[in-house]
Parts: sequence; structure tokens; C-alpha cells
Amino acid sequence: MAKTVQEIEAPDAAAQAAAHVEAYQQTTEDIVGEKLVLNMGPSHPATHGVLRLILELDGEVVSKATPDIGFLHRGDEKIAENMQYNQFVPYTDRLDYLAPLANNVAYALAVEKLMDWELPARGKAIRVLCCELARISAHMLGLGAYAMDVGAMTVFLYTFQEREYIYDLCEQLTGARFTTSYTRVGGQTRDLPEDFPARVRKFCEGLLKTVDETDRLLSRNKIFIDRTQDVGVISKEDAIAYGLSGPNLRGSGVEHDVRKSNPYLDYENYDFDIPVGEHGDSYDRYQIRMEEMRQSVRIIRQVLDNLPDGPINVIDPKNMLPEKERVLMSMEELIRHFMLVTEGIDAPEGEIYFGAENPKGELGFYIHSKGGGVPYRMKIRSPSFCNLSILPKVIPGHMMSDAVVILGSLDFVMGECDR
Amino acid sequence: MDWINIAVTLIKIVVLTFMVLLPMIAYSVWAERRVAAKIQNRVGPNRTGIPFTKFGLFGLGQPIADGLKFIFKEDLTPAHVRTGYFWLAPALTMVPALMTCAVIPFGSELNIAGYKIPLVIADLNVGPLFIFAIASLSVYGIVLAGWASNSKYPFLGGVRSTSQMISYEISLGLSIVPIIMIFGELNLTEIVKWQDANGWLLFPFWGGGEFWQEALLLIPVVISFVIFTVSMFAETNRLPFDLPECETELVAGYHTEYSSMKFALFFLGEYAAMIIGSGLAVTLFLGGWSLPFGIGSELVDKPLWLGIAHFFSFLIKMIGFILFFIWVRWSLPRFRYDQLMRLGWVFFFEIALANVFLTAFILLYFN
Repeated sequence: MAKTVQEIEAPDAAAQAAAHVEAYQQTTEDIVGEKLVLNMGPSHPATHGVLRLILELDGEVVSKATPDIGFLHRGDEKIAENMQYNQFVPYTDRLDYLAPLANNVAYALAVEKLMDWELPARGKAIRVLCCELARISAHMLGLGAYAMDVGAMTVFLYTFQEREYIYDLCEQLTGARFTTSYTRVGGQTRDLPEDFPARVRKFCEGLLKTVDETDRLLSRNKIFIDRTQDVGVISKEDAIAYGLSGPNLRGSGVEHDVRKSNPYLDYENYDFDIPVGEHGDSYDRYQIRMEEMRQSVRIIRQVLDNLPDGPINVIDPKNMLPEKERVLMSMEELIRHFMLVTEGIDAPEGEIYFGAENPKGELGFYIHSKGGGVPYRMKIRSPSFCNLSILPKVIPGHMMSDAVVILGSLDFVMGECDR
Repeated sequence: MDWINIAVTLIKIVVLTFMVLLPMIAYSVWAERRVAAKIQNRVGPNRTGIPFTKFGLFGLGQPIADGLKFIFKEDLTPAHVRTGYFWLAPALTMVPALMTCAVIPFGSELNIAGYKIPLVIADLNVGPLFIFAIASLSVYGIVLAGWASNSKYPFLGGVRSTSQMISYEISLGLSIVPIIMIFGELNLTEIVKWQDANGWLLFPFWGGGEFWQEALLLIPVVISFVIFTVSMFAETNRLPFDLPECETELVAGYHTEYSSMKFALFFLGEYAAMIIGSGLAVTLFLGGWSLPFGIGSELVDKPLWLGIAHFFSFLIKMIGFILFFIWVRWSLPRFRYDQLMRLGWVFFFEIALANVFLTAFILLYFN
């Protein structure tokens, strides 16, 4: 009986060599020593929240990095299944808690896509304003924390001061500084305050000064350049393969911005550039965030120059709350108010996905509706989650100090990653 | 007369360490916080003044409050540490820093009722060597802290600190060789007297000496000064070189496991090292206690007042240098470990070595 191919034992030179190497490694293990497994996080100054990194160190060089996420998991997606669409808005504040306004807008736009609604021009302009303010706020913190990771503490306080002004603006606009919950499905809770455009203009001037100041402090600083250039290089192919988005993707040289590729909120009418990096290293990602803030200011100024008049909300009496005055005065409005609050909006059946360009990347909401005021299933595509997925690929081979720089340059938020 | 000398020395130790150095340490912490706040558009500690009153005094009471806080904090010794070494480490960082102040001349001499008291505790004829020898002992404190903590982050901090301090000691030592060649003297008191007569090393254009030779010597002196200052930053673990602590990477580095007064000793040891470093830099490069531009020539017949003026001249220069330390800390990012080693071994070591020959050449051919 003939033997099958697998049964024939042929002398395999490669396998023998491998066995020799293994035997050699076993005998020299004591000399080489064991690797140090360092548990970085979940509460560590550089992990910006509750990311846990299990680093395997060979001396100071990281040979393996395993991110462990989920310490901030709150089950937002499950919560959404038991909530009317409008009730979920406050939960979106807590996704990327550095840019709650942008999350509110992205969520509202997703539900509006399901409802097949189109906002009036003023409502859209206000949302663009909100998104860009949120982008500046998030990038300011990202940059500050990044600089602090590299050791420049003062930059953090300079950038945080600008964020403080944004908080002041948020307070005037939405009534809350941090958890804004500004949008509703089909519109906003309130119109812009009277002096708001003037205040935003004034803020923009001050912001550009701070951006330039940060630029002078860091961009040509030899230590900063040494620390960030050629550190954490992400190739174009890797960036796409790991599903990176936002500044991290553009830092690797991929010119992709949802605002340009799939414009929403009439972004196609605004004139702005998408900065793209060349090398994909940490320094490029820093440069891109700096430039994006300048571009955001450009967009904000265009919004303020052509701020249209008119309604800010969708006109759909069946699904939008009537004015409070009229609720108290007339029967029909009272009934509608009651029905809307108890039953929620009347969403059609269907499945939609909407992705918006958030400060950290593409924040997407996938909504599966079976009709009625509650989604059957909601999936949140969070940019931080995808951006962090590249850590095991990018950190090994760097020193431990570089791991901190890479974490800072990826600029993630655990609230969004863990959902 | 022996017992008088002993008594005077004891008084000098008590006065200079407990009434000059320790308050300076405490107030340099305060200055650090205030200056950092000013740099960062903040206010900083400005309320802790006289207790139970409204007098804030720019927060001048803050060091006392800080000290009280440290003393009343729970002194926790984790179960996994090597207790003996763990206790020894903070002392080993603080003691060398305090010991080195023995040879620094805080002033010329106080003439009290005809009895001349030199304002230096020990007038050694190997001043800078003594300082380097003792100051390098403080690395043991940090290594022991990292080792005894029996924990990974302190361990990494300790390892980094060892290699950092050892490599920068070499360039630190080499950087002062040219200056000692210029002075021809290792006694710090004599060095200051030389500068009093011939102009400060960094600003030599008053006092004696020939202009063109001094101008030529300024080249190696400036190189030495830069290397000395940068190495001093590395020796004292201050920000561009604070790798042993490096809060965003190693949590708190070698003192992660320490609390209460033991932590405070590390904290204060760093400031003490910074003050001594500034004192040494001022003594070697900025003329120590000597007064510039011939100020004080009218005080020659009042020796007591001249001595006091010299003392304050030294203090003011030292404070200026400390402010420089603080300013740098709050403006620069930090180096990476391998970059720091490269800077020390590849650049500073070579430059300092070449500088020695340059100085010798100038001294030999342009004298």
C-alpha cells in the first residue's frame, strides 16, 4: 500500500534549523533574560482615560503591545434600543466627551437621514458652526495632552485656556458647558443668541493667536521634533487596512475627509482645505491638527459671513414638538405634545448608516428601525476604537517613551472607544 | 582659640543650612509654583499668608503649609518593599545635597568687632571636586529608591537615573577643567577672589587683565558654561532631562511608591541640588559674591557692610540662576532616553574634551 505524502518522513532542512534555533534559545534563555511585562494603565497619566496597555519590554524597547479596552463600557448601543430617538441625545454627549456638540450633530443627522428630513438653511449653518467649534475644542485638548506627554506642560494650559472660551460659548448657546445635548431630531433646542456671532468672531481671533503661539513653541522645537519625527510611522496601506479615520488617516497621506467625500450640512458650499501628511509619523499628525484648527476658523468665518435667516428646525408638525406657548393655550397642540413625548417620533422602517467627520475621525451611526419611536438596533462606529486598533502594529520596536508619544499623537477618547 | 573656631563653624553650619539653604529650598518651591503659574497664565498659590487673617502676602506662607501637609500625610510603606533600603533612599538624596553647601562661599567675610568670619563653612582647597564627589552620591538614593520599591515603574526610573547621572557627570567634570586651568586654583574662595580682581569669567571686562586675552578666553568659557549648565540640568533631574521621574511615562518614576515626608525629602533634595548647582555656577562663572562695575568701592572702610553686600550679591545671582532653571523647566519638552545619552556621550563629552585643549592652547600661546 502506497504511503500518502504526509506519511513520508523527509529530512526537512528548514525544520531542523528551526529546531536548532529553538534549542539554542532555550539554552541561552537565562543569559538573555526574561522580558519585563509592564502594565500601563488603566489609570496612567499617558493613557488619557482608562486604556490599559500591556507592554512587553526588552530593556526600554517595547517588543509587544496589547491594548485592553472596555473599562468605560456603558452599553450605549443597548441603551439606545430602549430609548426614543430624542432621549438618546444626552448619551451622545458622552461618546467623545471633548466634542459633545459634534456628536449631537452627527447623531441628529443620522436620525434625520432615517426620517428623510432636510434642515432649513439656518439650522444647517448653526450645525456647521457647532461642529467646527467642537473640532477646535477637541484638537486643542488633543494637542495640549500630546505636548504634555512629550513633557511640555505649559502648552497644555495655553490650549486649555482657549477651550475655556469655547466652553463659555457652549454655555451661552446650549445652557451647559460640557454636556451640551444641543440638537434634537429635526433641529436644535434653541436659536443662536443675539451676540453669539460677534463673540465667536472675537474668539476666532484669539484662537489663531494661540495656535500660532503653540506653533512657535513646538513646531520648530528641536526636542519636540526629535521626539515625534519618524516615531509611530503608519503607512498609507496600514492606515486604510486598520480603518483609521480623521487626522490620523490624513496624517498617513490619505486624502479622505467625509466633509469633502460625502458632504453633509452643505459642507460643499464652504471653502476649506484638507491638510494631508507625507510621512505618517507623529509629527505629521501634530501638524495636521494644527492646520485643521486654522481651516475650522476659516469655515466658521464663512458661516458667520453668510448666516441665513429663517427657521432652524424642520417643519413637520406631526413629529416636531409644538411651541410651549401654544401647548398651554390650545387643545390640538397639547395632544401632539403629549403624543410626541410619550410615543416619540414616528420613524419609518429601514436601515441607514450615516457617518460624520468628527474631530477624532468618522463617527458613524447605523440605525435599524422597525418603525416607531425607538430604534431596533443602533451601532456606533467610533473613530477612537478603530484608531486604537493599530496600536499592536505600531508600538512594537519603539522605546517606551515613544509609546507615550504615539498614544498622544493618535488622540483617542476612551468614552467613545468603549461606548 | 580652637574652641572659638569650632563654635563659629557650628554657628555657620546652623545659620547657613537652616536659615539660608533650607528656607531657600522651601521658597524655590514657592517660586517655581508662582513662576510656572505666571508662565502659564495662571495665578498660582497666592492666599496662604498669615493664618486667621486676610493677609495673603503673595502666598508666602505656602511652603509652611506644604511642609505641614507632608508631615501630616499618612506615611505608607508598601508591603512589597525592602524596608531598610526604602527608608535609606530619601535620606541619601537629601544629605549629599545639604553637604555640598559646605564649600560654597556665600559671601566674602563678615568683620564682626575685628574678628573676621569667612562666609564659607569649610574652606577646602578642592572645592569643585568635593562638590562633584558628594553630589554624585545622591544617585545612590535614586537607585536605591527604584530598587527597594520592588515595583516596575520605580525600577525603570532608577535604571534611567543611574545611566543619566553617570554619563552627565563626565561632561560636567570635563566642562570645569578649562576654568580651573584659567584660575589655576581649586579653592572656591580663591576662585571668587580671582574673579573679584580680574572680572567675572563670563563678563571679564572690568578689573585687571588684558582685554584681548580675556576676549579670546571667552570662547572656551562660554562653551564650558553651556555644557556645565546643561549637565547641571541633567544632574538635578530637571525638565528637559527629568527622565527618572517623567510623570507621563513612569507615573512618578523612582518615588512612585513614596508618600508623606519621605516623598518630600526626594522633592526637596531635587531643589537643594538645583540650588547648590546654581551656587556653583554663580561661583565659577558669575563671580560668586563679587560686586560688578566697582559698586561697593565706597564701602571699603565699612567692612561689615561690605560683607553683607557681598552676601546679598551672591544670593541675588543665585536666585537669578534658579529662576532660569524654572523658566527652562516650563518651556521645554523632555528628551527621550537614547537621545539624552547620545547628547551626553556624543556631543558634550567630545566638545568638553576639545574645549580643554582649546583652553590650554590659548593659555599657552596668548599669555
